[in-house]
Amino acid sequence: MNKIQQALQNRILILDGAMGTMLQRYKFSEEDFRGERFKDFHKSVQGNNDLLSITQPQAIADIHSKYFAAGADIVETNTFSSTTIAMADYDMQDLVYELNYESAKIAKKVADGFSSKEPNKPRFVAGAMGPTNKTASMSPDVNDPGFRAISFEELRVAYKQQAEALIDGGVDILLVETIFDTLNAKAALFAIDEIKEERNIDIPIMISGTITDASGRTLSGQTAEAFLISITHIPLLSVGFNCALGAKQLTPHLEVIANRTNLAVSAYPNAGLPNAFGEYDESPQQMASQVKEYLDKQLVNIIGGCCGTTPEHIKAIAEIASQYKPRSVFNSENAAV
Amino acid sequence: MKDKRYLKLSGLEPLIITPESNFINVGERTNVAGSKKFLRLIKERNFEEALSVAREQVENGAQIIDVNMDDGLIDGKEAMVKFLNLVIAEPDISRVPIMIDSSKWEIIEAGLQVVQGKCVVNSISLKEGEAEFIHHAKLIKRYGAAVIVMAFDETGQADNYDRRIEIAKRSYDILVNQVKFAPEDIIFDLNIFPVATGMDEHRKNAIDFIEATRWVRENLPHVSVSGGVSNVSFSFRGNDPVREAMHSVFLYHAIQAGMNIGIVNPAMLEVYDDIPKDLLEHVEDVMLDRREDATERLLDFAETVKGTAKESKIDLSWREESLQNRITRALVKGIDEYILEDIEEARQIANKPIEVIEGNLMIGMNVVGDLFGSGKMFLPQVVKSARVMKKAVAYLLPYIEKAKKDLTEKSPQPPKGEKAELVPPLGARGTDSAGRILMATVKGDVHDIGKNIVGVVLACNNYEIIDLGVMVPPEKIIATAKEENVDAIGLSGLITPSLDEMVFLAKEMQRQNFKVPLLIGGATTSRAHTAVKIDPEYECAVVHINDASRAVTVVGDLLKKETSEAYKENIKQEYDTFRQDFLKRQKVKTYLPISEARKNKFQIDWNSSEIVKPNKLGVHVLKDFDLNILLDYLDWTPFFRSWELHGKYPNILTDEIVGEQASELFKDAKKMLHKIISEKLLEARAVFGIFEANTIDDDDILIVPHRGGAEGAFPPSGVRGLTLRQQSQKAKGKPNLALADFIAPKETGIQDYIGCFCVSTGFGTAELAAKYVAEHDDYNAIMVKALADRLAEAFAEYLHKEVRTNYWGYASEENLTNEDLISEKYKGIRPAPGYPACPDHLEKGTIWELLKVKENIGVELTEHMAMWPAASVSGYYFANPEARYFGLGKIKMDQVEDFAKRKNMDLEEATNWLKTNIAEAP
Repeated sequence: MNKIQQALQNRILILDGAMGTMLQRYKFSEEDFRGERFKDFHKSVQGNNDLLSITQPQAIADIHSKYFAAGADIVETNTFSSTTIAMADYDMQDLVYELNYESAKIAKKVADGFSSKEPNKPRFVAGAMGPTNKTASMSPDVNDPGFRAISFEELRVAYKQQAEALIDGGVDILLVETIFDTLNAKAALFAIDEIKEERNIDIPIMISGTITDASGRTLSGQTAEAFLISITHIPLLSVGFNCALGAKQLTPHLEVIANRTNLAVSAYPNAGLPNAFGEYDESPQQMASQVKEYLDKQLVNIIGGCCGTTPEHIKAIAEIASQYKPRSVFNSENAAV
Repeated sequence: MKDKRYLKLSGLEPLIITPESNFINVGERTNVAGSKKFLRLIKERNFEEALSVAREQVENGAQIIDVNMDDGLIDGKEAMVKFLNLVIAEPDISRVPIMIDSSKWEIIEAGLQVVQGKCVVNSISLKEGEAEFIHHAKLIKRYGAAVIVMAFDETGQADNYDRRIEIAKRSYDILVNQVKFAPEDIIFDLNIFPVATGMDEHRKNAIDFIEATRWVRENLPHVSVSGGVSNVSFSFRGNDPVREAMHSVFLYHAIQAGMNIGIVNPAMLEVYDDIPKDLLEHVEDVMLDRREDATERLLDFAETVKGTAKESKIDLSWREESLQNRITRALVKGIDEYILEDIEEARQIANKPIEVIEGNLMIGMNVVGDLFGSGKMFLPQVVKSARVMKKAVAYLLPYIEKAKKDLTEKSPQPPKGEKAELVPPLGARGTDSAGRILMATVKGDVHDIGKNIVGVVLACNNYEIIDLGVMVPPEKIIATAKEENVDAIGLSGLITPSLDEMVFLAKEMQRQNFKVPLLIGGATTSRAHTAVKIDPEYECAVVHINDASRAVTVVGDLLKKETSEAYKENIKQEYDTFRQDFLKRQKVKTYLPISEARKNKFQIDWNSSEIVKPNKLGVHVLKDFDLNILLDYLDWTPFFRSWELHGKYPNILTDEIVGEQASELFKDAKKMLHKIISEKLLEARAVFGIFEANTIDDDDILIVPHRGGAEGAFPPSGVRGLTLRQQSQKAKGKPNLALADFIAPKETGIQDYIGCFCVSTGFGTAELAAKYVAEHDDYNAIMVKALADRLAEAFAEYLHKEVRTNYWGYASEENLTNEDLISEKYKGIRPAPGYPACPDHLEKGTIWELLKVKENIGVELTEHMAMWPAASVSGYYFANPEARYFGLGKIKMDQVEDFAKRKNMDLEEATNWLKTNIAEAP
């Protein structure tokens, strides 16, 4: 049993909150995004948050620090869009290895600092692997339902490159997240499983899907249970949901998962639903009181925040979670063979 | 407990195969080797129709679909990917898992790369040796699929018992121990071969398979066993009756031995119990190898059954079933054709006529309730069920009355003064009714479509409904609730003042120490309002129900002894938390004083703004208007919503889940519309006017009636229309809007104009609906009202267009489709009092005064300013190109005080009218 699994047995682990929401506070300009190195780059890069790991590493490190200080056990690397597929929007495919590697390094250094100060509470880094901006099982063209903008093979290659760089940078976990199309996630799992075999290593994997509407299905149309069945062929540390909905709306879907798996369950919802202005305005206390329902119902092992959440939210969540025991996970004889 | 080792597959939905699961049927029509038609379609690249083959087999119950493109003349890999990509885009097909079937690995892998769900690979085997077997198995595991393993090895296909179990065991050990393949994801195909071929070595083909299946299921933990069944009867091609019997006999025994998955053509299957005795005996002799001469005997016997193939029966076979099944089916399917004859039959068997209701009909309605509760029936179907139910009950009532009378005549008379209890239509109280529920639309409100639907649905679930109708004063609700000793009270309302009525009623119930749950529903009601305003006033449970389908579960939880207390406590707690959060959130909003808000009004440059002088000032009346003209202006989406079918028209007609229901409802609606129009059952009337107008004192519009018209006596100075202004703090550059901003202020010296209107298609609705209710036809009663509402909206839409292009003529060039109109692409706006831009219902009074609405067309206002008949729409016309719809939001007391002064009304009354829009109302 590694350190993370050990920690999971003992307590509910806290994941960090939003990176984007925190970065918005810096109000970085185009020049800030470019830094010295990309000052003559041929395309606008403002909004490419992942690039800030190279051009504004201190800001990224500070945000990680704030989340750890607020009580997070795990922070996510600033690599949500660091695949060749997503970086194509900025013509920065060539930077993908470096983006992932540097982001992992930054987070790991901050984590190690906290771990050495508080040895009884080791901190971890999860390498964030976003869904990319393309879907492998849906057509972007309504007139041609059989068309696909991306193939499994292209996704597998892109995810493999990202995962390898994250592992090289020292992440403790790989987190395949915000999955709206299960086939994309399966390509990521395929790639990770290849790396594990090729390098003969074991690295824990967290999986987090996203339920986008009231129908309770993923964007690609699967129910929560069908999603669960489709991704549990690879050994996982945890499975759960993030984004799209607030804590309240996520509850029934978490219940489906929690009642049907022996894996650890994770949840990191948004700070409520966006208001008329597209802002998330659920306060830390409100969110914590919603999260309390998960805890009362023993639904989760790992909990954090997605869009709109801040260190204040994480602090409130961590405080309430510390009063609860984790959902029990039977992973001995039933672990995937 | 949670993670038992069951075979779990998925399409868009899960398929979990447990020991309790029935035999899993794999659809085989999308297999080019198995279906000539499918092969032809793929060769012709007619993928459209190929998809319909897939859809049909899912509709016919296939739980997995097998897709195979192995044919010499097809590029199998390309065809597999293309077809699967198309299947994935069809949710009604891709909800089931897919079996990717090929003898070529590259086709299998290409298929695995395009399917998000957990598939089955069909198949791998040891045929090419262990190395390749392991390689493929590892990849399949990595792709996340289950696998069919053929009983085949390097030396060939297993054709006897020993070889079958030898290869199965070897394959299992390699997969589980070396590849670490999950054993529950392994499915063995143990080779089904033909029997009765005439060759001795084939005699044991069936029994060997069956016995090997038994061994595998007993000795190789967690695996499944599958096979293609039609092979077994290969030698009887051309004799379907015998083949069908062979298939069911084979399956009967194989399933008992543990075969749990298979490819079976359901059309080629006889019901085991229906196989004639002699045929059964001959077939079983062959299958189980019970006699030396079994084959010869079956061949001889087969001659005699040849040609007696099943005739295709007209689907009235259900009429042959048991009485209860017929009644249940009539209720579930909403067929009223035979119900009276079935009920009569039931009545003759029953001891007392009431037993037919309590027994036969309730059994059927419980099935309806279960199906509805589990989402397998939709609301329009349930209402149709209720229609059948009512028809049956109406038939029985005279018999029940008579039985009662007979009984009382024989027994001593009840004490004088005690009135004979009327038998309620749906299940007598006492032993049978699940509870008695009072339902009412509150005082001042006339809207009852939603309430009626909830009533019908609850009645279908064996609740007794006491429906007090519309505009019910609180005293009457309270008194009836006491008299009838009801178990719950349901209140409904659509206009905003109804919300206050509900609060009042809650207070009153508390004061009188009521202990029954209060249910809140209707379009303006919300969880927020219920939690914040109503719940704190009443100690017992208050529950907001947003749709009829939830009503059944909520009422069930509330009234069932086992769940009642916990549920009430829970809901109280939930609303309390909600309320706390809500109140906390409220405080953050900041508001401007009304004087500041006025300074931030919407600015129109009046010197350059386009103001068109109306062609026809004054008041105009249309009566007996031709409804045919309105058909082009109908917006169907809200119609479906009123039936709780959610989705946009016309897409809703083909929707995966509700499409069928929506189409049926649509058909019935069209039929009713035709009837309404051809028989002139409803009358449409309108009154509208266009007047000179200017804004005065920031927020008021001074409307000056046209001189010389028929409208009669107005104050010479004109009539003031009062508008309300947004007061919440806006983002920089965004105005605080009031409708008055869209009319030129007096001081500009520019003459501007305003219009107003009232249309109604409600004349005749109440009578027509009442007629249907009397005929026990709630479905059509609700239908009439829903359609009248739609026609009124269509009339408003039509009239607005006429005003824009003709009477006023400010947009005479306009050329918009109905879709454009629905999405409000026209120039100018027509806000209605009581809606977001103008939530003040009192403005209807101004319109009534300006247009003499009551005198001109007979539409009246209730004391709460609801229009009667209900299918009416009224509002203002603003022509300015910059006019737009907006929501007022919350306002502060300073504006309310100002409003009261302008309206010459005391503050308390003004506060009452505007209550729902006041932030932190006192």
